[in-house]
Amino acid sequence: MSSKVYDVAIIGAGCCGASIARRLSNYEVSVALLERYVDVGFGVSKANSGIIHAGFHHPITSLKSRLEIRGNFMFDQLHYELGFPFKRVGVIVAAFSVEEMKTIEHLYAQGVANGVPRMEICGRERILALEPQLNPDVIGGLFAPTGGIIEPYRYVFSMVESAQKNGVEVKTQFTVEQGIHEKDYWIIKSKEGDTIKARYVVNSSGLFADEVSRNFGAELFEIIPRKGEEFLLQRNARGLPNHVIFPVPSAHTKGILVIPTVEGTLMVGPTAIETEDKDDLETTAQNLETVFMQATYMVPAISRREIITSFAGLRPTMEGNDFYIEPSKLQPNFIQVAGIQSPGLTASPAIGEYVKDILKQEGLRLVEKTNFDPLLPHSIKVRDLSFEQLEQLVEKEPKYGHIVCRCENVSESEIIEAISKGHTTLDGIKFYTRAGMGRCQGAFCTYKVLKIISRETGIPIEKITKRGNNSWVIYQRLQEFAKEQRQCQE
Amino acid sequence: MKERNYDVLVIGAGAAGMASALKTSKQGLKTAIVDREPYLGGILPQCIHNGFGVHLFKEELTGPEFAERFIQNVVKSDIDIFLNTTVTNMAVHQPIKQANLCSSQHGVFQINAKAIVLAMGCRERNRGNLGIPGTRPSGIFTAGLAQRFINIDGYLPGRRVVIVGSGDIGLIMARRLTWTGAQVLAVVEILPYPSGLTRNIVQCLNDYGIPLFLSHVVSKIEGKDRVEAVNITPLESGAPNYSKTFKLECDTLLFSVGLIPENELTQSAGIKINPETGGPLVDTRLMTSAEGVFACGNVLHVHDLVDWVSDEAQRCGFELVNYLEGKTKEIKQGRVIAGANLKYVLPNRYRISEKNRFSMRSLIVQDKATLLVRQGEKVIRKFTLRNIKPAEMFHVELKPEDLKELVVNGELLPIEFSLN
Repeated sequence: MSSKVYDVAIIGAGCCGASIARRLSNYEVSVALLERYVDVGFGVSKANSGIIHAGFHHPITSLKSRLEIRGNFMFDQLHYELGFPFKRVGVIVAAFSVEEMKTIEHLYAQGVANGVPRMEICGRERILALEPQLNPDVIGGLFAPTGGIIEPYRYVFSMVESAQKNGVEVKTQFTVEQGIHEKDYWIIKSKEGDTIKARYVVNSSGLFADEVSRNFGAELFEIIPRKGEEFLLQRNARGLPNHVIFPVPSAHTKGILVIPTVEGTLMVGPTAIETEDKDDLETTAQNLETVFMQATYMVPAISRREIITSFAGLRPTMEGNDFYIEPSKLQPNFIQVAGIQSPGLTASPAIGEYVKDILKQEGLRLVEKTNFDPLLPHSIKVRDLSFEQLEQLVEKEPKYGHIVCRCENVSESEIIEAISKGHTTLDGIKFYTRAGMGRCQGAFCTYKVLKIISRETGIPIEKITKRGNNSWVIYQRLQEFAKEQRQCQE
Repeated sequence: MKERNYDVLVIGAGAAGMASALKTSKQGLKTAIVDREPYLGGILPQCIHNGFGVHLFKEELTGPEFAERFIQNVVKSDIDIFLNTTVTNMAVHQPIKQANLCSSQHGVFQINAKAIVLAMGCRERNRGNLGIPGTRPSGIFTAGLAQRFINIDGYLPGRRVVIVGSGDIGLIMARRLTWTGAQVLAVVEILPYPSGLTRNIVQCLNDYGIPLFLSHVVSKIEGKDRVEAVNITPLESGAPNYSKTFKLECDTLLFSVGLIPENELTQSAGIKINPETGGPLVDTRLMTSAEGVFACGNVLHVHDLVDWVSDEAQRCGFELVNYLEGKTKEIKQGRVIAGANLKYVLPNRYRISEKNRFSMRSLIVQDKATLLVRQGEKVIRKFTLRNIKPAEMFHVELKPEDLKELVVNGELLPIEFSLN
């Protein structure tokens, strides 16, 4: 066991853990960010819808609402500093009856109370002018121009990369199993057999926050996974709206949304169904029906023929329906960051700030660094360049001219960059670069990406995985398999 | 910006691109051919089975052999070849067309051409297009990707395989995987009849005792990291009967469920697409809605045999030459309509100045069928066809003497094909 004692160990490298880590990287403290999966952001955050909420859905009396509105404002600066894609496209809530219009008035009043700027209540003419794709049956709605969209995984990758640049140590495939408090620090043991020590522990472990809390002898509570299924449609799909379109919300959910993603595809979802299994990421035929019925009611032009993929994610919900962010009352120096469901992504930058303040109150000495560097070099994406820019770039670095993923126009250089940042699985490359995320879903580029990973890292192709663990892609070289079979026969 | 000038730019160096480029180059047109891959031949080099060339060369060749016949001629010709090169966008609604190209080998440059041939081929439909429920583990491939892994790269994607769809690539892969020693547990087909060629059912499945489940669907995929099993459900009266669902444990799932013409470049250039084929709308010259831009092969409509691709591409090259020589600049054309029991008829226009060759696909399975051609209300030709099925294309020709010059609103009276 290393004798090093970190000041803070953050369990879980999703959007909250990443944001807390980056905030702390501004100070003279040593931080370890622990992640059970093979790459950061691969838990709850990966399957998030990517909406930066405007902040009118929840009353200001809730912690989540205060952090949501604060988080929303922070995204402009983060986008500038880190370069992940972010667009304030604005959100619309569409009402289809007089009763729904009354809910719109409530949402408007709530938004005003929360401090959401520039909201409008729209009549039919105004809402259709803003969003011509809406079903003409619409009678009005709410427009909040400060709502936006991001790619959740790109956001987490950037936050972690920035934290690492400023000294945070990231340990992936570190599944926290047990915490023992000794002297003035925690000894944290992983399922994989590693151990680290830290004075403060932040439990931002998403779906597993209840288990982690229990294993540290802290509060007993239950995380209830609430599944959301989403469907992704191709670029320039029919019905692609200008804004994120919400239905009028129900008691439990903000409803099925129609989302113009930040990269130009169209997403519809999510469902909201409670489940018991934290691994339950199945999609079902029935929910596809539900999603498309509701989505096409709002935007009739959407066609399920343009689906390129579907996926499911789990929201880590808790009883009480608010975020649970506070120091443990049972254990020392153990901060709970649990129940972070929607609007967790929006709130996450503010959660980073909030948890930093809690740690300070709990006695962590925070001295600002003189050399904190908030900026990341913005990664170059061939698909965003003009032809003239591309020409200059390829002259300097020819690999930008080799288009590996034809559907999303991803160059070899971009894949090499992802690998150099530590993303060495197919999904890691996909979420970092978008190679394999387009209409052919990797049919044309998978073998090229495998070869590049293998060449750059020295990992044999048959050892490369889709997303760690047993998710191997290729069984074996043909001649090895033939040998194996001959031996079996003998 | 580096610029290069040509008479003809051919996009895609597969069967269609090579055949059309050879035609235009032979007629003295300065021709360039571009492909993303580092070799000529398109998808043919990974199709190491035989059955190619029966119609075109009157002998049975493998994919690489078939490709080689064209490759040798292309290499010997005056055609300029740009491999490892991607066309990123093009401006086509102007007399001299411009295409932007990018390549690690040739850099970034522009090609100016009087005419363009679209020959980008197609892609495979995948799991997402089908919306099959379940988890999203690794081990789910399109049949073509698995074929590439095995035949080009020398890797086996998995040991216990279920194939969804009885398209030709899926059937060929069932046999190929069996030869490597992998186990193919089943081919699952949603239709009550196989969607691949009959000879492939016999030679790829029956010869190896691989079960073919007709009127069945994969209703769920299981497995957390890697595929572990699939649920298979029979259809009864067209609807799944879940009480009869059974499970097959496997580590790999291949999809051979149809092909989609790759027309994103076409669409972004503002060329009109035929929703029925997924390819560009073309007139009797195989010219798209953009003057001087032609299309042939699988980018135009998905073919059953490469022989018909080469044949169509040669005609495309021939039409292009005539067009640039000014012979067919102004010709009278009329609409072509797909009527009863036909998925589509291509091209979408006919003419009376020369003979017309039409390719079409049936929507029905029938031993003997009659194809009627009407001009207005009047039946102008009848063809008797045998062994009609959606999996196999068929072709007919109409000669000028079959057609009357009946003009309505400046266009020839539409003709309609129907199958009974």
